[in-house]
Amino acid sequence: MNILVCVKQVPDTTEIKIDPVKNTLIRDGVPSIVNPFDGYALEAAARIKDKNPDTKIVVLTMGPPQATAAIKECLAIAADKGYLVSGRTFGGSDTLATSYILYNAVKKVEELEGKFDAIFCGKQAIDGDTAQVGPELAEHLGYPQVTYGLEAEVDGDMLKVKKEVEEGVEVIGVKFPCLVTYTKPAWDPRYPTIKRKMAANRAEIPVLGDDAFPDIDTTRIGLKGSPTNVKKTFVPQKKSGGVKIKEADNEASAKKLFELLSGASII
Amino acid sequence: MSSPFFNEDHESIREMARDFANKTLAPIAADIDKNEEFPMDVVGQMAEMGFLGLKIPEEFGGLGLDMRSYVCVMEEIAKKCATATLFISSANSLSTAPIVISGTPEQKEKYLPGVVAGEEFIAFALTEPNAGSDAASMTTKAVEDGDSYILNGRKCFITMAPISKYSIVYAKTNPEKGAKGISCFMVDMSLPGVSCGKHEEKMGQRGVPVSDVVLEDVRVPKDCLIGELDLGFINAMKTLSVGRIGVASMCLGMAAEAIELAVEHTKNRVQFGKPLCKHQAIAFMLAEMETKLNAARGLVYNAAWMMDNGMKADKEASMAKFFAAEAGIEIVNKALQLFGGYGYSREYEIERIYRDIRVCSIYEGSSQVQQIVISGQMLK
Repeated sequence: MNILVCVKQVPDTTEIKIDPVKNTLIRDGVPSIVNPFDGYALEAAARIKDKNPDTKIVVLTMGPPQATAAIKECLAIAADKGYLVSGRTFGGSDTLATSYILYNAVKKVEELEGKFDAIFCGKQAIDGDTAQVGPELAEHLGYPQVTYGLEAEVDGDMLKVKKEVEEGVEVIGVKFPCLVTYTKPAWDPRYPTIKRKMAANRAEIPVLGDDAFPDIDTTRIGLKGSPTNVKKTFVPQKKSGGVKIKEADNEASAKKLFELLSGASII
Repeated sequence: MSSPFFNEDHESIREMARDFANKTLAPIAADIDKNEEFPMDVVGQMAEMGFLGLKIPEEFGGLGLDMRSYVCVMEEIAKKCATATLFISSANSLSTAPIVISGTPEQKEKYLPGVVAGEEFIAFALTEPNAGSDAASMTTKAVEDGDSYILNGRKCFITMAPISKYSIVYAKTNPEKGAKGISCFMVDMSLPGVSCGKHEEKMGQRGVPVSDVVLEDVRVPKDCLIGELDLGFINAMKTLSVGRIGVASMCLGMAAEAIELAVEHTKNRVQFGKPLCKHQAIAFMLAEMETKLNAARGLVYNAAWMMDNGMKADKEASMAKFFAAEAGIEIVNKALQLFGGYGYSREYEIERIYRDIRVCSIYEGSSQVQQIVISGQMLK
């Protein structure tokens, strides 16, 4: 099995602060992480590898040079190899342009790593929340796609994917090659190991730059290749946090709750 | 780079340990303390990540890393769960150092991989009811008998004894020679004549069982002798010098956590119309705690760095353990003070840390023993 996992480096939203004047995200000093949904995609690939040890897991990301950190994080957890797509002409790409560049990158990486049986993505990135890049990439490639995956296993010449639906869980069989996007499963992804982490620290990450794709249609990439027109961005209104009552003991907590409720004339 | 003592690998290892401590240990630490039981699947996770084989040579399944890597892990894990550090420190020092230092290749092959994998525990039995700091006054004896030794004696306060497959046991093979007549044995805990006494009810670090190890006419094959006959005490002392840095690192972690809790609490707790931390007397207490923690860090990191660079660091390791334990206990005590009545409640993490850190000036060489080592080096 040859699996490609597409990941994105995103700001850790648990650390995000909002500029109260401009109403935009303050990214300075915010640590970057691998998009959690992409982490679930990697875990799904790792679980396939647990059962099929000859599986190769390759990671692909597009982003600025510092996005190599995301690839290294994946190498420390389960990936065997990683590629970074990074170039000035790719900057400003919307989801359509991004998926078109990634499509070209998949073809390029396949020349080096062999054809991929499956491509795994997170269902969406936590910074943009569009959930479009995975499905668009499947369309560019002409592959069947399964979205909201939780877990997958190889079953002969097809992939058996458990996917989340509103009523519960559905199991879908999909022929190779295919693309699956993953959502949060019931388990936590595995931790990196020290041995892999140290090897990842030393790994050279190949970069696919502006000149890596000679046949790419330059009118379909970057800002000018992006039909999406962002009219406005806003941060969803934050729900105000509840009150946490944690007094010295249960009785004191109950008293405090009573005081609050009676003080607000609720009881 | 956050410190001249650490490189990128150290920082990565520290970050991994911190992440694991936050995500996996922090949510279960209170229950571990309350139920006096540490979940074995979490030991398995720590083994998988490599924490149990940090200092064990690569050919026996470990990572063969340096002392500073060990310091980073111990410090970060101790912030959230002191009990968890015992599994790491045992595997990397007390359970294995005697074998790594003086075992034969066959012994290393037999005993080390199981410890690294988190599947087998090995206890370290040196202390006796009447031989604590004065370990050389032990009365456990090993008498040669054909192709075996017959062991008799009682060891006490033996960490993990009830769950261990083996125990390293120090016994006198040449009683008239004092410390120079002590040998080190690997004793299979299932051998006839080996038993564990009742579990000690401890004040802190309660998730790891501790008991006596009683040896009654235990017949141990001669190939279970670790190192040379009569030279066991040297190997015990070398093992304990690794242990000192581990305990000192734990103290750094617990003290740092206590300070973080105290800072948070004093910012939020309002008395006399303003947050506690806005009262100068309180702010000065925090300043003193933070300064002492950083002084302790300097001693611990420096001792580890010296060991990694092949320098003799007995005095430095003792100073690190002595100061980190004493300062750590003082810092945690002050943090608890800042919590007032809440700090005295078992609902609060600081109460557990207060109990967990207390043993650090007692075990693996008490503060007074460290002072003997330090002054001994000065006055020789």
